[in-house]
Amino acid sequence: MATVETTKLVEQASEYKYGFTTDIEQEFAPKGLNEGTIKFISDKKKEPSWLLEWRLKAFNSWKNRKDGSPTWANLKYKDIDYQDIHYFAAPKSEEDKPKSLEEVDPELLRAYDKLGIPLREQEFLAGISNSHKVAVDAVFDSVSVATTFKNELSKLGIIFCSFSEAVINHPELVKKYLGTVVPTNDNYFSNLNSAVFSDGSFVYIPPNVKCPMELSTYFRINAENTGQFERTLIIADKHSHVSYLEGCTAPMRDENQLHAAVVELVALEGAEIKYSTVQNWYPGDKNGVGGIYNFVTKRGICAGNNSKISWTQVETGSSVTWKYPSVILKGDNSKGEFYSVALSNKCQQADTGTKMMHIGKNTSSTIVSKGISAGKGQQTYRGLVNILPGATNSKNFTQCDSLLIGNDCGAHTVPYINVRNKESDVAHEATTSKISDEQLFYCRQRGISEEDATALIVNGFCREVLKNLPMEFAVEAKKLLELSLEGAVG
Amino acid sequence: MLEIRNLSVSVGDTDIINNLNLKITKGKKVAIMGPNGSGKSTLSNIISGKEGYIIKQGEIIFNDQNILELDPEERAANGIYLAFQYPVEIPGIANSSFLRTALNSIRKFNGQEALDTRVFLDECKLVSEKLGLEKSFLSRDLNAGFSGGEKKKNEIFHMLMMKPKLCILDEIDSGLDIDSLKTIAEGVAQYSNTENAMLIITHYQRLLDYIKPDEVHIFKQGTIVKSGDYGLVHTLEKEGYKGFL
Repeated sequence: MATVETTKLVEQASEYKYGFTTDIEQEFAPKGLNEGTIKFISDKKKEPSWLLEWRLKAFNSWKNRKDGSPTWANLKYKDIDYQDIHYFAAPKSEEDKPKSLEEVDPELLRAYDKLGIPLREQEFLAGISNSHKVAVDAVFDSVSVATTFKNELSKLGIIFCSFSEAVINHPELVKKYLGTVVPTNDNYFSNLNSAVFSDGSFVYIPPNVKCPMELSTYFRINAENTGQFERTLIIADKHSHVSYLEGCTAPMRDENQLHAAVVELVALEGAEIKYSTVQNWYPGDKNGVGGIYNFVTKRGICAGNNSKISWTQVETGSSVTWKYPSVILKGDNSKGEFYSVALSNKCQQADTGTKMMHIGKNTSSTIVSKGISAGKGQQTYRGLVNILPGATNSKNFTQCDSLLIGNDCGAHTVPYINVRNKESDVAHEATTSKISDEQLFYCRQRGISEEDATALIVNGFCREVLKNLPMEFAVEAKKLLELSLEGAVG
Repeated sequence: MLEIRNLSVSVGDTDIINNLNLKITKGKKVAIMGPNGSGKSTLSNIISGKEGYIIKQGEIIFNDQNILELDPEERAANGIYLAFQYPVEIPGIANSSFLRTALNSIRKFNGQEALDTRVFLDECKLVSEKLGLEKSFLSRDLNAGFSGGEKKKNEIFHMLMMKPKLCILDEIDSGLDIDSLKTIAEGVAQYSNTENAMLIITHYQRLLDYIKPDEVHIFKQGTIVKSGDYGLVHTLEKEGYKGFL
């Protein structure tokens, strides 16, 4: 009996260690979606009228859409009742937003501490070396609560702040680029996001500046019955360079929560943006109850010649993931990369991949996708390589591997390849494999337990992708994969 | 060190090991020879704990403990090592980091601290050089793209690094050229001492000529039909298995 209880406790503890809720006073928009909701959000954020108009236009277009949420994806989920969601939740102190970290609600700081994300700069400074410095923007439900290292970055002309702040302080940049990469009505969820987006990060790197530290945003959904609709915009001016990371977690709740984000990246001539994600939203329990619905539109444009955009994602969370980080290769000689590890355990479903749009000459793209299915998880890779007539001498290489663990999961691969230029070169490789009993026995004969052996084999399978993550994130991602695999064997 | 008593094993309805008795004493090199399908490889799998077999009767005592109830990793931690006939490939994991994970798992099981990385790498270098392995051997993915000979040498490399008490070599000589065979035999001879024991499963005389086993058993239909000393190998080479059937 005691053993059973212990096992249970351990199971609960290891299941999802970010599943706690933080008890702080919060302010909500009333449930439901109408023009009033949008005005409420815009008003809370003291937005200029042009942005309110932009939002209302998006809302009207969303309301009049006939398509509904996409049905072409290999996903099954309950209909979302858009009137049963709070579209805005903020810690109460938002009223007089903290000016420095000292003013941030200590409960909030503790919440981020629990997540292992230090927000106090001195904690970073106490670290071993400057190369490990990471500037953090922390988004709690609908608002950004703190951004670190702002001053140090601003000396180089780098802007790193919450989206809401950028709207107030850098309206010319926001106005110029917002919605240029992901048009408002691009899809159902980008359309919704454009109407109700709350907060996210804004980054601008001036010409010829190499950002000296990793920039990072941690998203946390805390409030109940609340959707998170973040908006991130990153602009790398000519010959600049930036590496950006995002991480996310949510409490364990029985109801499904909606997360519909839009991320836009703009790389001008010779610029390089590296965008890494470790997505760890609450995946739901082993029977598929609860979990985050993750419908995300991420797209970057290599607007200038010789520019480069690289996406790396490790997707282990969410009950439903719908996500295709893409690159528009407009500039000549521009490069797009997509490295992905997606893991579906329990009853998780992921339909994820990328789109590479080759427009400019000599453009090249690389796609490496590693899908892992365990438990009753369903995993679909969906990707488009589109080489337009003008994209002479373009190249794409796609490698798409699936790994199955157990007998109740599924892996699906749906590549679309469209080549309209004769002098281009497209290669697609795909494999599907299963962790074999022979592999497991071999590892166990060398003293490695079945669970450790599974994690080892999965890590090996993902190595090509994980090595693209910044060091600290790679370690975190490895641990996360191991954690997410628990209960997948035996 | 190892004692198998009245062991009978089947897979599904097929009997594979039939009332087998075998004793391996510390410090001895014991060879098992036999035709294809006589149950030799099954025996090595059973001792090391592979699942999927039905133990109908008997026990396997290893250092005073019946090990049939133990998981493969526990048997490994107790000092049982199997050099595989067909070593598996694990892409993306470097040979040396696999070996370090293995060693540290066993150390953890036995209540020892994890190995110092420096010490581990130095020993890797020393042992691999003795076996004439190239430097890249350590950093390459475990067995992925290794030739047949390299895979077998790697099994011996792991063995020398893990220092097991009982080494089971399952057809370690199959598919090897003369030079590789010699390297492997030397590795085995070098490791063999009064504190450990070897169980060598093979079809051929060649390997045994190098290793010079203390005991030789002829295996047929899942049991031992003839036992003898090293001389038995030569009788067998002359007359074939027919003489024992």
